[in-house]
Amino acid sequence: MLEPLDYDAVGLISGLEVHQQLLTQHKLFCRCPAGLYTETHDGEVLRHMRPTLSELGEYDGTALMEFKTKKEIIYLLNHLNVCTYEMDDTPPFLVNQDAIDVSIELCLMMQMDIIDEVHIARKQYLDGSIPTGFQRTAIVGVNGILPFRGRDLTITHLSVEEDSCREVRDSGHQIVWRTDRLGMPLTETVTGPDLRTPDEVREAILLCGLVARSTGRVRTGIGASRQDVNVSVRGGNRVEIKGVPRAGYAVKLVHNEGIRQHRLLQLREELHRRGFTTPDSIRVEPIDVSDVFAGADLGFIRRALDAGGRVFAVKAFGLAGLAQWATQPDTTFLDELSGRIRVIACLDQPPVVLSSALLPQFPGKYRVVERLRKRVKPGERDDFFIVFGPEEDCRTAANEIRIRFAEATEGVPKETRQALTGGFTTFERILPGPDRMYPDTDSPPTRITDERVAEIRARLKPTPWARMERYATWRVPEETTTFLIRKGGAEIVDAVVEKTGVDGLVAAIEIGQRAKALRRAGIPVERLGQAEWVSVFDLLADGRIARETVPVIATRMAEDSLTAADAATAEGIAIVDRRQWLPQLDQLSMDGYLKEKCDSPEKQLRFLAGKAVDALRGRAPAKEIAEALREKLRLTK
Amino acid sequence: MTSIPITERTDRFQGYRGAARAAFEQHGIGVWSEVEIVNDRGSSFVGVVLPRSENADDLHIVVKLFNGYNVGIRADRIASARELGYRKASYKIPEKDFPFDPKKKNVTLLGTGGTIASRLDYRTGAVIPAFTPGELYGAVPELADIANLTTKKLFGVFSENMGPEEYKTLAIAIGEEIEKGCDGIVVGHGTDTMAHTAAILSFMVQNSPVPIVVVGSQRSSDRPSSDAALNLMNAVRTAAECDIAEVMICMFGPTSDNYDLLHRGTRCRKMHSSYRSTFRTIGATPLATVSRYPNEDGSHFTYLTDDIVRRDKSRKPVITPVFEEKVTIQYYYPNFKPDIIDGLSAMGYRGMVIAGTGLGHVNKPIYPAIRRAIEKGMTVVMTVQTLWGFAQMYVYDTGRDLLDLGIIPMDNMLPETAYVKLGWVLGQTDDPQKIREMMTTPINHEITPREPHNGYLILQGGLPEVEAFVQKHWK
Repeated sequence: MLEPLDYDAVGLISGLEVHQQLLTQHKLFCRCPAGLYTETHDGEVLRHMRPTLSELGEYDGTALMEFKTKKEIIYLLNHLNVCTYEMDDTPPFLVNQDAIDVSIELCLMMQMDIIDEVHIARKQYLDGSIPTGFQRTAIVGVNGILPFRGRDLTITHLSVEEDSCREVRDSGHQIVWRTDRLGMPLTETVTGPDLRTPDEVREAILLCGLVARSTGRVRTGIGASRQDVNVSVRGGNRVEIKGVPRAGYAVKLVHNEGIRQHRLLQLREELHRRGFTTPDSIRVEPIDVSDVFAGADLGFIRRALDAGGRVFAVKAFGLAGLAQWATQPDTTFLDELSGRIRVIACLDQPPVVLSSALLPQFPGKYRVVERLRKRVKPGERDDFFIVFGPEEDCRTAANEIRIRFAEATEGVPKETRQALTGGFTTFERILPGPDRMYPDTDSPPTRITDERVAEIRARLKPTPWARMERYATWRVPEETTTFLIRKGGAEIVDAVVEKTGVDGLVAAIEIGQRAKALRRAGIPVERLGQAEWVSVFDLLADGRIARETVPVIATRMAEDSLTAADAATAEGIAIVDRRQWLPQLDQLSMDGYLKEKCDSPEKQLRFLAGKAVDALRGRAPAKEIAEALREKLRLTK
Repeated sequence: MTSIPITERTDRFQGYRGAARAAFEQHGIGVWSEVEIVNDRGSSFVGVVLPRSENADDLHIVVKLFNGYNVGIRADRIASARELGYRKASYKIPEKDFPFDPKKKNVTLLGTGGTIASRLDYRTGAVIPAFTPGELYGAVPELADIANLTTKKLFGVFSENMGPEEYKTLAIAIGEEIEKGCDGIVVGHGTDTMAHTAAILSFMVQNSPVPIVVVGSQRSSDRPSSDAALNLMNAVRTAAECDIAEVMICMFGPTSDNYDLLHRGTRCRKMHSSYRSTFRTIGATPLATVSRYPNEDGSHFTYLTDDIVRRDKSRKPVITPVFEEKVTIQYYYPNFKPDIIDGLSAMGYRGMVIAGTGLGHVNKPIYPAIRRAIEKGMTVVMTVQTLWGFAQMYVYDTGRDLLDLGIIPMDNMLPETAYVKLGWVLGQTDDPQKIREMMTTPINHEITPREPHNGYLILQGGLPEVEAFVQKHWK
């Protein structure tokens, strides 16, 4: 159950960043195969990331945070899918022009303005997800629109960029990445902040997906498209929910983020009421309480102490009870603290951080708490938290607690949050800004000529909305149309209609519904391409087969790699002359069936037709059989 | 922000010509203008106009958008453009005082060009090199934990532009710094000709009391994954604390951020165009490893050989900054024509290093040309293009014939080392006997009497046992 939230009243605003892998043979900046995933490795490299100072001697916010974590970064390499480029031991090769072409195609579909000269930029990431420490990325188009709910959804820009590594594990000060996906071409489509409800977000994700699928040149399957959803409420801040795997999940995530921001704004009021009006008014004090906990029978504490770590109480002045402030449903401000501590201080052993109000039960707890209170001496309005692990990390954690409360005095911090199952999110990193980008001096710009754009425009596939409209006139159910566009079947339907002249609805139903059912039944109909389907419908258009036999022929073609004609012959299917099958129908002893009890004449007819079609399978069109039977019944009456 | 009237800005057109320049004039904008440009489709671009590379076309204007991306906008598609402000990139890094600690060793960093450390101007994307101690401290603050640093910028040239004049200046400067009593010298250098410089310094600066460490980076220092900071830290550590008072190259051992190798200046070569672990000692083992964090025994160094010259401050350096420029390397190939040698001889070349095939061979048709050149006074020495192994010209008849012509075999001296040594020797004498003697008498292991089996270790990937080994190590 979703807790109610009046989106309009809180001023919910959302926009999308849709990431879509492109279907190219090679990666974006090297000649490694794209889309070849491996779960094993034959080499490892160790690296660290160091932030580069900006002009004013300041580190970019994210860069600084990521540097604080001082991670050992390990890359797993497999010679099948990575070369020395992905390892950052070779400069980039010239950008993959195929990927640029697909990007232009996507831009044109969204009525975008193509950039005259595409420049590669570097976007810094210090989490290790890319071994260079930056992602190579370039804007290809700007200023587009998608028709959406009777209005325009603005598309700010589309960029083509290299995909990042896959995380294998992240524990303590070590993070391990697999490099197979690294460098695959990806587009990022950025919408304007035009969406107002979670449901609009869901619908916009689906629409962007349909646009991408319409090109037939994007990858599909798990991880091939991922979206980041930006959410803010009035007075809040842009929070990026990263890695929303499918549209449906967005609804709960956006809703919960709206609630989170709303609650954080209420927390700001409470902090202000307590006199904490500026970030520097927050004070904490880390106190080593290892000796107090030395005898406590708590597994996680004992493991930390045995490993040479410490236990710290972090005294938070004047902040009593605020850790219990509800943020998202079932989460509290303590989770906000925990997220920061886990990511930045690398203290990731559960429960990460304990609130003084919620110490777990353990033998002798009363005595420990007593000694703790004596040591920490919290005033009535103070609170304290317990963290445990390496001393340096504990001190970092104490500082992060301070920083997070300090940010709360200002409202909602700009963050990237990771989507979790159940519609929750957890802190991932500070939201990066434009001040982490700079030109890639290794890559020359690519001039996009008018001729190139015209050529791509000329072979542009129909947009999803154009198809929806056309299929609607054929009376194809919307669900089937959507399925056909998503799975590439619409391409086939269009070709079949164009080349054989069969009715659009017939083609759409046979391919979008019947063939789908066959596939579910395990028949490899995906082996049939455009040409194969056209040949099946050619037989139908020529009156040589009955419509009911289309799935039978398709099945035989897919299973035995036969042509449509051979498959029909093999199945004994061929429309014969009425003069041949009419006597056969008469010969069939329908009389016996006439005595079967039926509720109505229609049912009787249907029953008889079923029997007759079975017997005459593939040789007579069902429609004509029915007519013949109706006539027969009329006569027998 | 528009402090300078646009017509008075000297840097208004940096790199822009033709149509793009005309658009600047027409719309009253220029390089470093903060602009809003609207094109013929009504798309708006807001950002900073960047300088353009001289070899790029004259049709586009490059703008770094305020969202961080760069785009090239065709000048003839501009519908309107207006300047919102003007802010020239300031290529200046605020300096912080490099802390001085009397308990720490004093190291002098001599700069030759290239950037070992830098900062980024995110607004324009410019990379700003850091060089002075204050700047370096700002970029790599860890240096202050290692030593007291003094810096001196000798020149700012790309590695490929280092030459005899720079070698001499550098050698003299090193002599002066040693004279002043520093505990070690670090030379910042581009990597392409780093080995040449390390080799010539081994000859020009002899008997050094302290380490002379040449360092650079394979990945530019403006990127988070750069090897620059670690190389610099390790080089400064080596200059300050290492016991080896020789000319060394300090660069990554593996490509991982793990440790640096200290290579002897005369035996080292760049072996990959882009790998971090590109420098390898050829025909011997490196001298030591140096790492950022100490070993169990508290030392940052693991010595790989005892055959080193140890630090000794009582030693006086001998600086011989001379170089004959009329020296060449010729890389022999099957269709090599004699006229090349005749031509070089006619142009007055006094020395030629041949990188011969196999054990040091060239084919017969060029013998007469070699004879003529030697008779005219050219010194011709033979090295091997296999890099590993010796020029052993007595093994085959062809080699013996060449020896008879007067070619001097360089044993296992690397071709580039032979080149700089020949230039240095010819800068001192033109007596053939003296030249031969100097060339064949090693100064610092440029010729070694023996080649240990682990001096040649190019593991062949793909072999099961090699793959098994590689898998267990950070490459």
